Amino acid sequence: MLALAKYYVAAGKLSIQAQIQYRASTYFYLIGFLIEPIVYLVVWRSVAESQGGSIGGYSAEALTAYYIVWTLVRAMNVGFDPNAWGWRIQRGRLNEMLSRPIHPFHRDFAWFGGGKFVWILLWLPMAAGLWIAFRPQISPTLGEGVGFFIAIWLAYAVRFALLWALGMITFWTTRGSAVFEIFIGAELLLSGRLVPLDLMPQWTQNIGAWLPFKWTFQFPIEVVIGRLTGGEILTGLAIQTAWAAALIALIWTFWKPAVSKYTAVGG
Amino acid sequence: MNPVKLGWMHLRISALNELQYRANFFLAAFNALLALATGLIVIALVYSHTDSLNGWSQPELLIVMGIHVFIGGLIRAFVEPNMYQLMQDIEEGTLDYTLTRPADAQLLVSVRATSIWQTVDLAIGLIVVAIGVAQLQAATTIAHVGAFAITILLGIVIIYCVWLMITTAAFKLIRVDNMVQMLQGIYQAGRWPVSIYPLWLRGGLTFIIPLAFAITVPAEALSNRLAGSTIAVALAFTVVITLVARVVWRWGLSNYSGASA
Repeated sequence: MLALAKYYVAAGKLSIQAQIQYRASTYFYLIGFLIEPIVYLVVWRSVAESQGGSIGGYSAEALTAYYIVWTLVRAMNVGFDPNAWGWRIQRGRLNEMLSRPIHPFHRDFAWFGGGKFVWILLWLPMAAGLWIAFRPQISPTLGEGVGFFIAIWLAYAVRFALLWALGMITFWTTRGSAVFEIFIGAELLLSGRLVPLDLMPQWTQNIGAWLPFKWTFQFPIEVVIGRLTGGEILTGLAIQTAWAAALIALIWTFWKPAVSKYTAVGG
Repeated sequence: MNPVKLGWMHLRISALNELQYRANFFLAAFNALLALATGLIVIALVYSHTDSLNGWSQPELLIVMGIHVFIGGLIRAFVEPNMYQLMQDIEEGTLDYTLTRPADAQLLVSVRATSIWQTVDLAIGLIVVAIGVAQLQAATTIAHVGAFAITILLGIVIIYCVWLMITTAAFKLIRVDNMVQMLQGIYQAGRWPVSIYPLWLRGGLTFIIPLAFAITVPAEALSNRLAGSTIAVALAFTVVITLVARVVWRWGLSNYSGASA
């Protein structure tokens, strides 16, 4: 366990150094990310204003806070793109990972986790710009702040494991992108990524309650913008932990059968 | 050789190469329909809460979305594959093969690759535009369609120029793949009319990444919102950006020193 922890620290440090080396490149990537919430923010603020200033219990300022926090949550929950598994397998890049005495999941999880520290640093000036441009309404308590810190890391664990499990489909088919597109569409509608689920029809909210998506987007955001009680925050953190554990167990279960399908050479 | 003929031949060869992989058509069609369904759900959701988004009705938004899908299809089918190839050639030094040919290098790097199955988006985009037009309350005249045809043509040229200029940065920066990711992210803003955005963003989407000219202006032409002067501005802007893209391309080439091929 201690050896694994040391590996995580070392891999995380390496990732931080790599991200710093290519910081301009990372910045461009983040700017691309930032446009999505700004679009949603502008659209839903316009809708709220046309409805007298609020919609679904969200004022225009609360919606602004929602989407500004969204940008941080989005930066945090980026994982290994399932589409990139095809590249990894075609180029034989998996060979070097398989030859190491540690599960490739740990390598990826530590690598992306380490990169978050640089992403947060780069995100700060962008968030400041959005804050000045849109003036959100947000004043979290200490408890909400601590809850948010834990929730965004758990959101990262849940979404990372979900993407990794999806990517493993590539071991069985080269046409996995159809499944990935379904995933992206479902996530957009059922996670609070497009719009807070309270603004969606009730049946959508009911479906969303049984899926992991909400715990990777809406839940951490709601924690810090003050829409949840202490009990709801603790319950949510427990559900996030359960989802992360279930998805990681799924990966471990299917890893051996998946690798048995792998026949690439070189790399 | 005639540049048009040369360009057509390259496109034809790369399209024939892609046509070997027919299953990709179903994949592209599936992905396009899924993206369309998501887009339609989003519009329906917005209009379930309001009747008008900053003065834009639901059919008008459908037209904007259709044009967004159409232009997006063109980018993925013809622009992106060539620009990715260019980036790779610059990074690996294999652009030499292209530069030594007796034809204009900008033309050659722009017509070498095609993702022909992505053209399914062109059909879907036009169908969505047609549905939007059919639902408009005011009649759409031949003049509106003519203005639409002109402005969308200008929009295509503008989008190509922007992509070329961004990719040309690879001559200096080498790794610009994340700039392309940024461009793809910004392109999503074009799904909505630029007039709904705050002034600073509207300015950026008009003159820096000119989605206003490529998507909103053609949509305005079809929904009878376009002033004649806007077409003149779009034309002038297209001429300017084409010249600037050419200058930037030549500057980029002067920075190329790869001879490792």
